[in-house]
Amino acid sequence: MTEVPEKHDSLLWVAAAPGVWAAHFLLSYATAAVWCAKQGSDAPLSLARGAIGVFTLAGLAAVGLVAMRGLRSYRITDGKPRIDVDTSAARHQFLGFTLLSLSGLSAVAIVYQALAAVFIGSCR
Amino acid sequence: MSQTEDAPPTSRPGASDLAPVLEPGLVDRRAERLPRADFDVGPLSDAPPEALQREQAARLVEVWETPKGFRYWSSVNNSDVGVWYVTSCFIFFLFAGVLALLMRTQLAKPNSTFLSADTYNQVFTVHGSVMMFLFAIPIFEAIAVVILPQILGARDLPFPRLSAFGFWCFIMGGLFLCGSIFFGAAPSGGWFMYPPLTSSYTPGIGPDIWLLGFSFIEVAAIAAAVELIVGVLKCRPPGMRVQLMPLYAWYVLVAAAMILFAFPPLIAGSLLLELERAFAWPFFDPARGGDPLLWQHLFWLFGHPEVYIIFLPSIALVAMIVPTFSRRPIVGYGWVVLAAIGTGFLSFGLWVHHMYTTGLPGISLGLFSAASMAVSIPTGVQFTCFTATMLAGKVTRSLPMLWIFGAFAIFVLGGLTGVMVALAPLDFQVHDTFFVVAHFHYALIGGSIFPVMAGVYYFFPMVNGKLLSERIGKIAFWLSFVGFNITFMPMHLTGMRGMPRRVFTYPEGLGLETLNLVSSIGSAILGVGLALVFVDLVRPRKKQPLAPRDPWKAGTLEWVQEMPGKDWGIRSIPEIDSRYPLWDQPNLIRDIDEGRFYLPDAEEMRRETIITSVVDGTPQQCQRLPGSSFLPLVAALTTGGFFIFGTFHWWALAIGSLGVALGVILYWLWTGTAHLPEKPHKHVGLGLSLPLYVSGPGSIGYWAMCITMLADLTAFISMVFGYFYFWTIHDDFPPPGTIGPGVLWPVAGLALVAGAWGLTLLARRQNRHGSAQSFYLSLGGGVLLALLGAAALLIGPWQTGLDPASHSYPATVWLLMSWSALHLVIGVIMQLYCVARRFAGKMTPRHDIDIGNVALYWHFTALTVAITVLVGAGFPLVSEVMP
Repeated sequence: MTEVPEKHDSLLWVAAAPGVWAAHFLLSYATAAVWCAKQGSDAPLSLARGAIGVFTLAGLAAVGLVAMRGLRSYRITDGKPRIDVDTSAARHQFLGFTLLSLSGLSAVAIVYQALAAVFIGSCR
Repeated sequence: MSQTEDAPPTSRPGASDLAPVLEPGLVDRRAERLPRADFDVGPLSDAPPEALQREQAARLVEVWETPKGFRYWSSVNNSDVGVWYVTSCFIFFLFAGVLALLMRTQLAKPNSTFLSADTYNQVFTVHGSVMMFLFAIPIFEAIAVVILPQILGARDLPFPRLSAFGFWCFIMGGLFLCGSIFFGAAPSGGWFMYPPLTSSYTPGIGPDIWLLGFSFIEVAAIAAAVELIVGVLKCRPPGMRVQLMPLYAWYVLVAAAMILFAFPPLIAGSLLLELERAFAWPFFDPARGGDPLLWQHLFWLFGHPEVYIIFLPSIALVAMIVPTFSRRPIVGYGWVVLAAIGTGFLSFGLWVHHMYTTGLPGISLGLFSAASMAVSIPTGVQFTCFTATMLAGKVTRSLPMLWIFGAFAIFVLGGLTGVMVALAPLDFQVHDTFFVVAHFHYALIGGSIFPVMAGVYYFFPMVNGKLLSERIGKIAFWLSFVGFNITFMPMHLTGMRGMPRRVFTYPEGLGLETLNLVSSIGSAILGVGLALVFVDLVRPRKKQPLAPRDPWKAGTLEWVQEMPGKDWGIRSIPEIDSRYPLWDQPNLIRDIDEGRFYLPDAEEMRRETIITSVVDGTPQQCQRLPGSSFLPLVAALTTGGFFIFGTFHWWALAIGSLGVALGVILYWLWTGTAHLPEKPHKHVGLGLSLPLYVSGPGSIGYWAMCITMLADLTAFISMVFGYFYFWTIHDDFPPPGTIGPGVLWPVAGLALVAGAWGLTLLARRQNRHGSAQSFYLSLGGGVLLALLGAAALLIGPWQTGLDPASHSYPATVWLLMSWSALHLVIGVIMQLYCVARRFAGKMTPRHDIDIGNVALYWHFTALTVAITVLVGAGFPLVSEVMP
């Protein structure tokens, strides 16, 4: 049976992907809000839009890295992973699964955010 | 000495005599016996002799006994405090429910004079505030205090006196707020207290009662959050790895973590609003550079996550109940964990959807609308898992399930209207109408009250030992369900026909009469339904037989308890091998009862529980827990005095009360924490020996300090957000011609604080190396530098003559500087406390919990001061050169 020492896993990793979402969200919101506050309420979003695009690509890349880490953990054993049993491998796989699924959710949420900048072109 | 020490270590049960015994009706999972890790520990193969068992039980009973008579109120055991907590929440719930009925009576017919406009305003404000702050949030903490230790097989939560303190704060703040309405002095600006209505337009003490009363309760809520987080992470039974944690624990962990980041913005906001009301610091007054919208940001930064702080723990009850009555493990455990965590995060990206009509740029609305859509994904995932569990299992009819079905039906409707109002264009139309009232009552009653009722029916036998009435329960459910829908369904239409919320009456002829009358009739039916539940809860049941043990045939650990439960919580703390140990671990109840697991005894007559590691639940420490004490009550009374006297602006009394509170809390810490144990290790049974004293990152106190300071830092960041918010909305901030706090004094302050911080860390090191003299010297130097640093921070704005009442800029600068200075003063008290502890021999080179925690506090304080100086002194320089 594959043994994974406890110190190889940390609950903090669980916050990684949603943390990326949060950073993307705050950066996008702050950029748009400051841009519109300083440029006037009818100004085009131009640069701010570009910045949100960059944040989105960076965010998706970061979430992708977390997902890869999750996938590696999830696939640590041969055969179908079981996350409901009392083994250290199952714990590793469970946390891997959590990382992976949260990365998926965060990626979708990041894309949702980006869509706002796709469809809205001005500060109005 | 315990007999268990002589028992063979780590013996495994023999296969023949411990064949799994399954109750009828359970799905037989013996065929797929779970593989276990080889190093897992089983119970003792032979029961300890009966005489010994009796002695052990007698000792445990004595140690955990609830005090009698007047001293009953000094109890800190979770089984007592939790029950007081739940009971008080329900009393507040009833009170706010009566207020709701008053409102519906007023609105039953047009032009009614049943309530005056002002009374109506007070009634809806208190209704909303009480339901949110005195029922929905605390009921989560209250239920968790009762059931979490049982679910985790812990004797109690890690900080029992903190729970008691939180409860007493809660009850005081709650009575204060509720009482105010009887004197016509209650707040009347709505439960979200928007300025300027609640600042310059409301004289009197109503808003002060709200701001100070609730700040007090929020402090209690954060205390509870600390308790619950450390409880879930560190007080699990041995072997309960993260993937075996009951879903309830996951939800509690997420919701409590959300409290840490959601409540501080409101505490910060309340502080700003109270400063404006009491001392005319103009944070929200546009005439002097403030902005009312800042309040809305801070409030909803709390307010929206708060909805999920209410929702998640209620859904957690569903996640415990559904598998029990489906007779199978939850389907998609990992997905439910995903949903809980995902919701926890995403819910912080929704706050502006309460502010769609405030004229923010479309792109901002778009971003928040997108997050509002995204959060429905994890919500849907959870409901899919629950439904799948029911479909895959064999659902048995029961009262808790009935309430859960009702909850699903109602919540799904609330969720759907939620997606509707998350769309900005629709929200523009229905904002502040009864459509929104209908939406959030569907969401909250379906997402919180019905699941809580299910939880009450489900867990009542665990608390009382007896079942609630099936017959009354059914009638109550149907009255509530039907009454609820009759009340709130028509409100969608009332709202779309244009009836605004929070207006005390309406004229005839607008097509609102019938809809309102129907709503009012429905509310009476709903009221009768819920009242029946309370009748059932309080009716005498002396003659009723006790419920059987594990009455619902559940699989989770809380149901191992006897009927009625004992004060000790659990007879011996088991090793866990499964998510549903009662289903999967053979003879678990017998082994626990006979004391075949850990801590079956209290040889030293001390309350104890086991502290385990975060990820795998490996035993790390035997933690001594404090016993009954009036200190939490006295500390709450004196802390409450500060807030209550403050409401009336009796500052001398308020400060005096705070001083006494400080003394009480110090005495509590001195006498009740970080005891030097009589021996370094203790045998806890099954051949395991654990340390009795752990300091640094392994200790629960360190965790609690870290978590508390995260909340504290969040409050501070909210204030910094205020600074930059003002910069965003003003063309020039700091305003042209204003001199800031200067550079010299703030930077000098920072240097001094850095020195104080460094000396504190040095002192920790010196203590460890046993050099007492240099320890005292370093800490003494630290105290001096910290005080000088605090003075320097305040001298800056004082010397440049910043008047906080003149404009939002000086007010914000003073706020940041004072906040930092206050933290330095608290840091000094902590340093002096460590000096005293060492001097009194209560802290030694090896036993250094106190200085470890104080050093941690100083990390956060140094960071706070650094940000203060960077923003206060540095930003004006930057903004000068900006285009």
